[in-house]
Amino acid sequence: MQEIKNYTMNFGPQHPAAHGVLRLVLELDGETVMRVDPHIGLLHRATEKLAESKPFNHSIGYMDRLDYVSMMCNEHAYVRAIENLLGVEVPARAQWIRTLFDEITRILNHLMWLGSNGLDLGAMAVFLYAFRDREELMDCYEAVSGARMHATYYRPGGVYRDLPDVMPRYAESKWHRGKDLERLNEWRNGSMLDFLDAFADDFPRRIDEYETLLTDNRIWKQRTVDIGIVSPEQALEWGMSGPMLRASGIEWDLRKKQPYACYGEVDFDIPVGSRGDCYDRYLVRVEEMRQSNHIIKQCVRWLRANPGPVIARNFKVAPPSRVEMKRDMEALIHHFKLFTEGYTVPLGETYAAVEAPKGEFAVYLVSDGANKPFRMHCRAPSFAHLSSMDTIVRGHMLPDVVAMIGTYDVVFGEVDR
Amino acid sequence: MTASNPAQPSALAQLLEARLGARCARIAESHGQTTLEVLPENWLNVALTLRDDPQLRFEQLVDLCGIDYLSWGEGEWEGDAASWQGFSRGVEGAGPGRFGWSTRPHPQHVPRRFGVVAHLLSISHNQRVRVRAYCADDELPSVASLVAVWPGVNWFEREAFDLFGIVFEGHPDLRRILTDYGFVGHPFRKDFPLIGNVEVRYDADKKRVVYEPVRSVEPRVTVPRTLRDDSRYEQAQAEAKARGAK
Repeated sequence: MQEIKNYTMNFGPQHPAAHGVLRLVLELDGETVMRVDPHIGLLHRATEKLAESKPFNHSIGYMDRLDYVSMMCNEHAYVRAIENLLGVEVPARAQWIRTLFDEITRILNHLMWLGSNGLDLGAMAVFLYAFRDREELMDCYEAVSGARMHATYYRPGGVYRDLPDVMPRYAESKWHRGKDLERLNEWRNGSMLDFLDAFADDFPRRIDEYETLLTDNRIWKQRTVDIGIVSPEQALEWGMSGPMLRASGIEWDLRKKQPYACYGEVDFDIPVGSRGDCYDRYLVRVEEMRQSNHIIKQCVRWLRANPGPVIARNFKVAPPSRVEMKRDMEALIHHFKLFTEGYTVPLGETYAAVEAPKGEFAVYLVSDGANKPFRMHCRAPSFAHLSSMDTIVRGHMLPDVVAMIGTYDVVFGEVDR
Repeated sequence: MTASNPAQPSALAQLLEARLGARCARIAESHGQTTLEVLPENWLNVALTLRDDPQLRFEQLVDLCGIDYLSWGEGEWEGDAASWQGFSRGVEGAGPGRFGWSTRPHPQHVPRRFGVVAHLLSISHNQRVRVRAYCADDELPSVASLVAVWPGVNWFEREAFDLFGIVFEGHPDLRRILTDYGFVGHPFRKDFPLIGNVEVRYDADKKRVVYEPVRSVEPRVTVPRTLRDDSRYEQAQAEAKARGAK
């Protein structure tokens, strides 16, 4: 009889289901996984070291490029760390705008996750629908910051500028014209808040659509139910956070437990799973989208009623307006100092965490009193989650590895930093 | 390296002091956060107490990272004494952006150079604590591994080993994690050049990718590192307050 041995297989880094540049060295017994050794670091750009070499504000843009699917949440952790050390007060309107955009970002992230995880497990259509909806939210990113992804919109002391009064409209072109153009511009006749309001009214219907495609789908359930079960004990000891922790039945959300920005003032629920399998994580994330949508509605209502400044009037940290700069010499000097030297941050260290869509994203910032960070460390949720891969996946079949990578919601920008 | 203790220590600080006794070397509080400093020999047993004590119950280690305290508090541009001495030009300095691999400094015997910082979270008591230990030896910095306490620390320790060369004794699999296969050096140390040590390119003659010392980038610093300890933030805050009162 022929001798049968375990064999080692290489998965990635060039593989569509690897979600970026993940390389797995798998030890297989037939189709059963005996050991997983993830190799990461193929996208390592030494963001933390680069941040030590530049003034504080120059690194905000790098934050977008960490978890490049939830850009503004990363910025939020970084500017909060700086604000903690500086002791700068952020105006209420800026806090509400941050809350609004954190939730827009959460929906963006979860749509991306839903689409790509669906694609991994053979549900092509979800991906197309999810990207259709992402487009509208990315238009909001573009409307406030000028960039669809890497916004650099949050600044220490507030946000870069107020929300636009006019939502940009599609122009007529070879691809968009007639009825199609009218449909695209239907919500875009007013301000950005009007657009978001219309979006938030319509979005629950679209989530229902996704659920029709997946929630009771036989194939989807066969691929996810009872796959990759993470017990609550495992979730805690592996440092899991966000939907990974909640799907295992632990009710923990920084927005509720350690509120920041305006999360103490908005109404929302934390969805919690019971079994901790891939299917529960799917349900938790879908429900989170509904809750985010609910928060967006509340933010829109507040922001409509309360105009005001969106960045602290503290010229030692945030620049004066261009208009002021042209007529006031003090303002010009402040501007010059801020854009050549930057601001110095008082001696100290702080750890600022936010509930990013993937889990707890935090920035640990150490300053020795200079205009550049002495040490900046990013705590990335995906990094902690991915490290549990070997423990969770052992004993599963090879296709379940793909389901598990998808459900971890890893993004290599933040795993490798 | 944190701000001095406020007059009244928080409940958490008092609890830590009571539970750990002589094992806590220092407790500092600033910005509403508590930092516990321990000696490296107590690193592991303090971690066990922090996790298992029913009043502490830090079930999660959320983050662990290394720090290299070399060149702490060194600026490259003299700004404070400028009123009576004039400004320096800010073109000299010793930061990682100023040298290449062959001209890198070789500091020796710097006390308390490497630190390991862990952030713990107690879900049952909803509180956080930061724990730090300075490695005793800066030639071969080492501290006990916490993998047996929180398995999730595994990759964080591998990362600190990779980037700072801190050895975690008792770690089951202390390999490099983020840098390239066969990488030399620990890139996040302050004596490691910002431009790196090797670069890769495709060699058309050899028909393969080759590794070479960095030649395509020159070390340069566009904004000099400046330390200021002046009153302008207090001034700014007072001004903001005055504006608010108006």
